[in-house]
Amino acid sequence: MALKRINKELQELEKDPPANCSAGPVNDDMFHWQATIMGPGESPFQGGVFFLSIHFPADYPFKPPKITFTTKIYHPNINSNGAICLDILRSQWSPALTISKVLLSICSLLTDPNPDDPLVPDIARLYKTDREKYNQTARTWTNKYAM
Amino acid sequence: MSSDDEQYQEEEEEDDEDDHYYVDPSFEPFTPSATSSTSSEHQLQSSKRSKPYLPHEQPSMLPAGTHQQDNNFEYVVLTQEEIWKYMEECIREVNEVIKLPETTVRLLLHHFRWDKEKLMERFYDPHHQDELFRQAHIVNPFTKQQQQQQQQQQQAHTHFQRHTRRQNSTASASASPSTNILSNPLRIEHQMCTICCCTKPSNDMSGLECGHAFCTSCWRSYLTMKIMHEGIGQTIPCPAKCDILVDDGKVLELIKDQDDVRRKYQHLITNSFVECNRNMRWCPGKNCTNAIKAPYCDAQLVTCTSCHTSFCFQCSEQWHEPIKCKWLKKWHKKCRDDSETSNWIAANTKECPKCHATIEKNGGCNHLICKNLSCKYDFCWVCLGAWEPHGSSWYNCNRFNEDDAKKARDEQERSRAALQRYLHYYKRYNNHHESLRLESKLLEQVQKRMEILQQQMSWIEVQFLQNACEVLRQCRQTLMYTYPFAFYLKRNNNSIIFEQNQADLEHATEELSGYLERDISETINLSEMKQKVQDKYRYCDNRRKVLLAHVYEGYDTDYWEYCEDA
Repeated sequence: MALKRINKELQELEKDPPANCSAGPVNDDMFHWQATIMGPGESPFQGGVFFLSIHFPADYPFKPPKITFTTKIYHPNINSNGAICLDILRSQWSPALTISKVLLSICSLLTDPNPDDPLVPDIARLYKTDREKYNQTARTWTNKYAM
Repeated sequence: MSSDDEQYQEEEEEDDEDDHYYVDPSFEPFTPSATSSTSSEHQLQSSKRSKPYLPHEQPSMLPAGTHQQDNNFEYVVLTQEEIWKYMEECIREVNEVIKLPETTVRLLLHHFRWDKEKLMERFYDPHHQDELFRQAHIVNPFTKQQQQQQQQQQQAHTHFQRHTRRQNSTASASASPSTNILSNPLRIEHQMCTICCCTKPSNDMSGLECGHAFCTSCWRSYLTMKIMHEGIGQTIPCPAKCDILVDDGKVLELIKDQDDVRRKYQHLITNSFVECNRNMRWCPGKNCTNAIKAPYCDAQLVTCTSCHTSFCFQCSEQWHEPIKCKWLKKWHKKCRDDSETSNWIAANTKECPKCHATIEKNGGCNHLICKNLSCKYDFCWVCLGAWEPHGSSWYNCNRFNEDDAKKARDEQERSRAALQRYLHYYKRYNNHHESLRLESKLLEQVQKRMEILQQQMSWIEVQFLQNACEVLRQCRQTLMYTYPFAFYLKRNNNSIIFEQNQADLEHATEELSGYLERDISETINLSEMKQKVQDKYRYCDNRRKVLLAHVYEGYDTDYWEYCEDA
């Protein structure tokens, strides 16, 4: 059942790819995908290409997929291991959500971080107190790791 | 939504109203004891102070302290199914006034933590009614009709889109049921479930008032995940993340074949009902799913009729006469946390004056060298000063500032005394606790012994042993809780009387225990032994009642004083 749904999602992604994102299986394993997100234009990640790894659990879509950044990124809600703090990937997951919708949510998280629920408190503090410095560091990281 | 579909839904709703809540007849309570009675003939088992399940018990052997208890405290033991019925009754009561579907009322009541008055108040506030339904995540039934019309239009629109898309993609898709729709649009409709991406006939699809439909197998997997893995019962949202909650009629209909899921679901639903209700308590017995319903909340002994667990209605702890719930809670906390460990450390150790490592002296020599490798400070255990000046003239250290030394000594003595006091009470409390545990084994032995004795005596003549065991158990339990009670007590004339009562009871109880454990198997003259045991257990029972009566008298006339900070 999970496989059918994953295949369907892949078809939909190929037919109607979301803006700035792409995703697909790594090898023959349909339960392990790789995704890319282009840094959104209005964010300090502009110009960067960020890779993510997606693992589907066996009971997908009743359980959320496991998504992590494999490219280093300077962001209050993404830590050094690439873990993403996003409610729809945990408690707010719903079987009606798709990888395409999740990737779009991650894109908007890049543009609008959520410093009130941070995964990396230091970055969140900087984001709240000194936005210019935050943008600068994020740009530096983007140049260094994502270009 | 297609017209067929709608008709189907309407039929479903009608069914809903016929048998409220889908309490299906196959539903069985968890506990074995209640299974003999079917749901229809099942009557609420009212049990007063007596334990009807122990027929051998004489009236004088009633559970703890009958005389101090309010005899009007009549409680009822409810099985899972009866809780559900009682809950329905409460809902019906509200519904007589507000007249809405029962599931809606339940969700509203849950939202207000089963506070009927608050619900009514908010419900009849015309400016906030919309807000009320939104907060409770329910489709407002008064605007539902309008919404449904809108949704119909939307559905028709999406349906059309889907059809056209299918038409485009049929070239690539292999022969699937969807082609049927194209060739025969008037036959049974097929829809694609957005969760599993399978195409299913419309009668296999179902959904809520919000209009999102999914296939039944996906619904089942979704509900199972929510109920069994996430433990969510009251507030399962529509899988489409649309903020509308799944009502229980729907849930029970979808999971009707999965017994374990249904049971867990019913437990989750009734849990909020029982926990929000001041006059209801879950039975704390292992794997017991009964609840006790009482006329009011008080520290009273209640006993579950199926697992026979006795507990205090107010705090759900083991029956703990004579100590009050508040002090017992404090005592349990004291026993649990490690405050006593730090007391022991304060009483028995000192800190290295240089690196502050904690040191326990285990030898006689007062010249200490700190074992901390980075410290190795030489100091005197008595004055905690550097050792150097001691080397030549030891007695220098008694000339140190007398005030400081006295202060330190007093401090150490105080914490040592407090520790001793706590340990005194704790050891005795714990000892009775252990004995209570071991005496459940004694009962087995005694029952074997009774069988042997029946070769010489009649059945009725050996029952005294069973009674003696029950009295012993009650005395142990009371004694156990007299220690934390005494721990928090300030010393006055009455506390001295209490201690005397306690000593009497303890002495007699130990004697009774001795008779039952040893003498009974060694004795030859049975009738003499019987007389001895009967006299002793009657005496014990009396002493226990005297002790409790004294404590309750103190509660009534306020002569107990407590050490709040102990």
